Amino acid sequence: MSEISEEKIQSVRNDFPILSRTIYGKPLVYFDNAATTQKPNIVIDAISNYYRNDNANVHRGVHYLSQQATGAFEDVRKKVATFVNACNPNEIIFTRGATEAINLVACSYCEPFLNAGDEIIISVLEHHSNIVPWQVACERKGAFLKVIPITPEGDLDIIVFEELLNDRTKMVAVSHISNTLGTINPVAEIVEMAHKKGVPVFVDGAQGLSHGPVDVQELDCDFYAFSAHKMYGPMGIGGLYGKTSWLEKMQPYQLGGEMIDRVTFEKTTYNEIPYKFEAGTPNVADVMGFGAAIDYLNELGWDFIMAQENDLLSYATAQLQAVEGVKIIGTAQNKAAIISFLIEGIHFFDAGTIMDHLGIAVRTGSHCTQPLMDILGINGTLRASMAFYNTRQEVDKLVEAIHRVKTLFA
Amino acid sequence: MTIKETTNLIINEFNQFDDWMDKYNYLIEMGRSVPLIDDTQKTDANLITGCQSRVWLSSEYKDGLIYFTADSDAVITKGIAYLLIRVFSGHTPVEIVEAETTFLDLIGLKEHLSPTRSNGLLSMVKQIKLYAFAYQVKEKNS
Repeated sequence: MSEISEEKIQSVRNDFPILSRTIYGKPLVYFDNAATTQKPNIVIDAISNYYRNDNANVHRGVHYLSQQATGAFEDVRKKVATFVNACNPNEIIFTRGATEAINLVACSYCEPFLNAGDEIIISVLEHHSNIVPWQVACERKGAFLKVIPITPEGDLDIIVFEELLNDRTKMVAVSHISNTLGTINPVAEIVEMAHKKGVPVFVDGAQGLSHGPVDVQELDCDFYAFSAHKMYGPMGIGGLYGKTSWLEKMQPYQLGGEMIDRVTFEKTTYNEIPYKFEAGTPNVADVMGFGAAIDYLNELGWDFIMAQENDLLSYATAQLQAVEGVKIIGTAQNKAAIISFLIEGIHFFDAGTIMDHLGIAVRTGSHCTQPLMDILGINGTLRASMAFYNTRQEVDKLVEAIHRVKTLFA
Repeated sequence: MTIKETTNLIINEFNQFDDWMDKYNYLIEMGRSVPLIDDTQKTDANLITGCQSRVWLSSEYKDGLIYFTADSDAVITKGIAYLLIRVFSGHTPVEIVEAETTFLDLIGLKEHLSPTRSNGLLSMVKQIKLYAFAYQVKEKNS
């Protein structure tokens, strides 16, 4: 049995209105949390409250509402900074999400620092959004993309990584947690190895910030990207942590209002960080929702979140392994509650379609990691990605659904 | 049988099922009876990629009529491909170009044609229409 009481889980589930709805007349079993997590009432209310009572454009407004919105907006920046333990709130740049944060660095860092013949190291595990921006930056500059391979279990091959690092390496960009295999990468170790060669490290934390605490100073990474919607916050908002020393040396990514210091028709000078990287009116309402999500996670506490997710991971792994013909893809020692699997002889699309009709939301396909699929020699997987509001009973329903799928396609 | 008559027949067949599971069972059965594309025709040129399932579609133009064969790596997709072939195969280019594809909505399989479902079926419908259009143009010019 899990150490966490059913009452506790139920009370947490009650915070998420969507979890009580039905799909095709069956209770929703939501196992697609790596794609996006559900939102607690506190987040939904924060957004609605902002538009009902507090809406105004931020910064440089002389009137009351604008100043209030600016204060609340900047408070969330501080909250995010504390959440990831950044030295300074100015090291937090609001973006549309992790993808935009990656694009920002791939443009603003690579423009001044990447030259022909240089190299950028990524890994086989990367989501397309942590591949394509670097690939295009390399194409533009005549640089080369190098890829850290994985072991059969789905761990990064650190020995090869060390061999790939050299004096032409200008950036290492790796995910904190693999969205497909669930592998938790040894980011601190990677940073230490890269820094020995003077190479900065970018961490794609899209999956990282929802499963456990992140301390960017302890990791010593140079950049860390995240999406609020994968951490119980709204869609369309996220951010980038970047060390001040790098951010100050980088060029703006987008240009427009807010990011300027002084504009004349001859020349424009730029604002300081973080504003230099925040052109245009920001997504204030969703920043409010993001702040509420962080409050919610802080209130819930990592102890509970991690205990519940670890319980679900080990329970689901054992239950799935016990089903004949089910093969788990990715068996790293250090894993988040993300399980990719295949059912022998049954296409993942067929299985996923039937599961959908049973009310179970899993993701099927390549999970935006086509190069990883190529290396694994498969076209896709079924993926059950769990969150702290999921239950062992829901895992049982998944296993039951697999049995039905097996009977149907036998 | 005209395209309209075949689609009406399919709609009637599917109306027998109250339970979604029976509907899918039927679809899976049909998936197993699709006129399979010849292995030599399972080329990249005939491959319609979706990020979920892959569909191969081949066409042959004989005596003014177009004949389709298909295959997919997923059984449900194959079943729907079979429905499309039943509807469109053996008709003239004009008939195919002018035909409606709303029958999938009427049998509760609309979701399989949504652009985001990306199982290759929407592309398959487009491809069928495109073949028909190409043969129509070719016929006019000959």
